[in-house]
Amino acid sequence: MDTLQQLSENMQKGNADQVARLTQQAIDEGCEPKTILDDALVGGMAVVGYKFKKHEIFLPHVLLAAKAMHAGMDLLKPLLVKDGIPTIGKVVTGTVQGDQHDIGKNLVGIMLKGAGFEVVDLGRDVSPEKFLDAAVSEKAIVIGMSALLTTTMPVMRKVIALAHERNVRDQLKFIVGGAPMSKEYAQKIGADAYCYDAVSAVECVKRFIGAH
Amino acid sequence: MRRVIDIKTEDITPSITGILAHQGMPPHVQADEPTLKPAREAIALWEHLSQPVGIFAEIAIHEFAQVYIGESRNEPETPLPNIYQRANALALFAVTVGHDVEQEIRRLFETNEFPLGAMLDAAASVSAEKAVDVVQDRFRKHLSVVGRWDRSKGVMPFSPGYCGWHVSGQRALFDTLHPEEIGIELSDSYLMQPLKSISGVLVAGAKDIFQFDDDFPFCSECATRSCRERIMSIIENQPKADTR
Ligand code: B12
Ligand code: SF4
Repeated sequence: MDTLQQLSENMQKGNADQVARLTQQAIDEGCEPKTILDDALVGGMAVVGYKFKKHEIFLPHVLLAAKAMHAGMDLLKPLLVKDGIPTIGKVVTGTVQGDQHDIGKNLVGIMLKGAGFEVVDLGRDVSPEKFLDAAVSEKAIVIGMSALLTTTMPVMRKVIALAHERNVRDQLKFIVGGAPMSKEYAQKIGADAYCYDAVSAVECVKRFIGAH
Repeated sequence: MRRVIDIKTEDITPSITGILAHQGMPPHVQADEPTLKPAREAIALWEHLSQPVGIFAEIAIHEFAQVYIGESRNEPETPLPNIYQRANALALFAVTVGHDVEQEIRRLFETNEFPLGAMLDAAASVSAEKAVDVVQDRFRKHLSVVGRWDRSKGVMPFSPGYCGWHVSGQRALFDTLHPEEIGIELSDSYLMQPLKSISGVLVAGAKDIFQFDDDFPFCSECATRSCRERIMSIIENQPKADTR
């Protein structure tokens, strides 16, 4: 089995130490950092996402794999930056103003990173202005907003309204999620998509990238 | 009657099964060692960091009627009015497992310790729910001591944000109960901090008052239908199956 295949399999099993070791080995063998990232790590996470969707594995396994992926990413990142390799796209995420719940939003960020996207996490209690300032300055393609209470959901509409006001609505896609959200609510507030979970968030953002 | 309850950590320790179930693992799936390891670590961390505390205060039916109306944002038809109006006793309650667990969960996610972070998050949620059971038990004991309890009765908790009781109802609840005394604050957006906190009302009464159908308009969006299990446990006089 070659190094990249071993790397991918160890990552899928969540063996963080092996992933760090094999990533270093692949670098030492002269493999391009971008190839290691795409073929072994992102490719491996796609398999993990697929198995999760099929209920073959569960959230703890996904998170073990994500942790292992980061062990490899830590070694690759400086090399990718040095080579000036751009990511496939940037997503700004945050929990809306008035809300402090962030586990769901964090899981979405983890899976997006696992799929090769760059994630700018604005944290919790994020104002509409902060969402848009960050998206514009970071040249993001997608804004992902999270809310866990029906009382904080309406802030999402304000963010989208502000994007219209600032004439940047066309250059951004808005995805929304969180326990009380629904497809209907997302449509009502003019979001581009509602995502039920972190795996569907990745599928959504990939669709948008394809359309970009 | 208002009482602050110092909840013992060992009384609400979450089980591994409960933690895994909270993360969507079906009960028939045998957890492997890589999954069990962070689950065990999370329980140890939780035991070290949690600061469980609760409060309850009895409230008269007519006073609760005002609390329930809250900010007039409830669904037009809800199960609770029919129940509380026939109750023998009502008590507002709030519980929390404290700030420290929450901070540790954040730290774990920030340092890429996702599996442990998610396990600790689940442990804290599960234990917060168990804390409600403890407060409920104390309320039952209190009623028993003052001669207002017998085995023909049951107690059921209801919370704003569930079953048509709007989450904004927490404002009136807080204004009456003042859970600030045990360190729980309510924000303008009706969010409690610490996050792992639960508020609501304990309803005590004859078992048959708790019978209701799950056919309210909002029930169609309810994923858990948890009222069915709650009603059954009261009718059969059994503690809830402890998978938590
Ligand atoms: C566990 C839980 C709790 C726990 C912990 C809360 C916490 N989050 O820390 C406890 C028991 C303490 C609790 C308390 C309360 N809860 Co609660 N709770 C839940 C429950 C069962 C699961 C939430 C959770 O942690 N899920 C796991 C995480 C990982 O999932 P998630 O955040 O939903 O994120 C996923 C998706 O939504 C999506 N997603 C999330 N964000 C984003 C963002 C983007 C961009 C995308 C694409 C996708 C996406 O992907 C994520 C990963 O798959 C939900 C119901 C449910 N089934 O979801 C109710 C729920 C959130 N709670 C609810 C309520 C009402 C409360 C209380 C107000 C009750 C009360 N009166 O005490 C309190 C409030 C607490 C507070 N601090 O203010 C309501 C909220 C709805 C409302 N009415 O506003 C819910 C929806 C239950 C319901 N009625 O249906 N709760
Ligand atoms: S079905 Fe769900 S929403 Fe309806 S009463 Fe039961 S628990 Fe509440």
